[in-house]
Amino acid sequence: MRHYKNRFAQAVATLSCGQRLARLDSFSFPYKTKCAMPAEIPADSVGLVTPQTVTFSAPLELECGRALPGYTLSYETYGTLNAQRNNAILLCHALSGDHHAAGYHSMDDRKPGWWEHLLGPGKAMDTERFFFVCANFIGSCKGSTGPASINPETGTPWGLDFPMVTVRDWVKTQAELAEHLGIAQWAAVVGGSLGGMQVMQWTMDYPERLRHAVVIAAASKLTAQNIAFNEVCRQAIMTDPDFHGGRYYAHDTKPRRGLSLARMIGHITYLSDNAMRTKFGRDTRGGKAFSFGFDVDFEVESYLRYQGSSFVEHFDANSYLYITKALDYFDPANAFGGNLAEAFASTQAAFLVISFSSDWRFSPERSREIVQALYTCNRDVSYAEIEAEHGHDSFLMPIPQYVAVLRAYLGRVAEEVGA
Amino acid sequence: MTLRKDLAIIADWITPQSRILDLGCGEGELLAYLRAEKGVQGYGVEIEEARVVAAIRRGIPVIQQDLDQGLRNFADHSVDTVVLSLTLQASTYPRELLLEMLRVGREVIVTFPNMGHWHARWQLGVRGRMPMTDVLPHTWYDTPNIHLCTIRDFESLCHDNGIAIHQRVVLNERRRETWRNRLLPNLFGEVALYRCALMAR
Repeated sequence: MRHYKNRFAQAVATLSCGQRLARLDSFSFPYKTKCAMPAEIPADSVGLVTPQTVTFSAPLELECGRALPGYTLSYETYGTLNAQRNNAILLCHALSGDHHAAGYHSMDDRKPGWWEHLLGPGKAMDTERFFFVCANFIGSCKGSTGPASINPETGTPWGLDFPMVTVRDWVKTQAELAEHLGIAQWAAVVGGSLGGMQVMQWTMDYPERLRHAVVIAAASKLTAQNIAFNEVCRQAIMTDPDFHGGRYYAHDTKPRRGLSLARMIGHITYLSDNAMRTKFGRDTRGGKAFSFGFDVDFEVESYLRYQGSSFVEHFDANSYLYITKALDYFDPANAFGGNLAEAFASTQAAFLVISFSSDWRFSPERSREIVQALYTCNRDVSYAEIEAEHGHDSFLMPIPQYVAVLRAYLGRVAEEVGA
Repeated sequence: MTLRKDLAIIADWITPQSRILDLGCGEGELLAYLRAEKGVQGYGVEIEEARVVAAIRRGIPVIQQDLDQGLRNFADHSVDTVVLSLTLQASTYPRELLLEMLRVGREVIVTFPNMGHWHARWQLGVRGRMPMTDVLPHTWYDTPNIHLCTIRDFESLCHDNGIAIHQRVVLNERRRETWRNRLLPNLFGEVALYRCALMAR
């Protein structure tokens, strides 16, 4: 047990620098490799998937006191629901994620879904044993109702008139989706980052409707520093002259600079200092000499600009505002005088909590707080702290120990439900 | 389900339906047995990656944590029994760990390899080599076992720190209790097992 840290250091040291770079390149920074859709879909991919939508016409009462007059959810499923309908796993996505967790939408797709590395036939989240459901949450912009959707009362996009939505509201909509799909109890609910917050909320709001909760790289509430980053991102968007008070749709424009800046800030916080150093160092673009001007000199500048500008093309700025607010508001212990153990007291699920050593946006310390609270209220909880150098983004990557822990836990879940 | 003799003795000492913490739980054999046979609610604590995975695969709640960082995340008297099986000798701060265990649990069960065993004495005293045995199979330069002690050493630690020994069992190299172990435990015992608690003040 004592040699653990040494062995890790050795394992890293035995990789040559080139290998380490190659490993990073292969899954961390797709912008350079411009991965084109393979001519053939890999055998361990779920393959081509088609998003589905469901519309609920009854008004949805929200935590903020307002109601949505009906809403649409965009979702995908992978694998097969068994006859007992007990092998379903709900996946909860993070800030910029969506319902497209795995596979490809068409043969022209450049990239597969966001959890492709972990989700598929024979993978840690095995589509041969489980039926996975992933829904885009409301307030987002990937097919579910959000600020860019049409407000039925005005016939124009909601913009900032869209009601504030919270993690609790998302879980409520996912519960309605479960009923729609005929799933009385999830074998597990799994999510990373903001997705992990939804998992915790599930265990509190619908304790009897899930058997297992897998909370990855999450926190029971954001720290002041974390809220501060979100606020800077929101200010970047809202002070962009093209924001127009959130009504930029009517002006046929969008706050590109602001949203791009928000994404750049976010990206810095999702990676670790080491990961950026390893990948970019102080390399200049194309190895050129300094320009002694304010255009791109360094590779890292080029990378961030690319991330920012490509994000703007597929994400709605208002959604970014709403989702970061939902993150900031999340604090289930608040109703219990700050006592997280009391917030978990009503839960029935067994928990797996996972954190990553270099994640400073949702640090291992935050996950340990969750574990401690669950221990205090006698819940079955396992905790794995994964040595990883990719920061918060680690939860999206096929890190061997992470994969092994997930596989072991879900293997047990599969046996339990006979999947 | 059959357990190794030393684990079987520990299992006998655990109260049914109680709540326990197994520090350095390995792959969770003891907890799996206790959960299945005695309805015990228990958590394992383990640092080694492959063991954490194996324990999870067994369905044992296991918390990945370095015991050298202390047990601060476990509240006072939050479990009935804290178990430390053949791990004391590998900890950096054995005394502090023992006292932390006594803070978290009402009772602690500690087992360790006895360096006073005749075979260890023979290797060091006669052959002049650092002892290597079945329980301590490592060479001196590549061993996780950095705080080895004898039965007398451990009992003196307990005495000096107000720790009451409630029960002791000493097993020989065949994991048996014999009359020789009882007569001269520090000479014939290879593994020592203790049940301890803080002395009433």
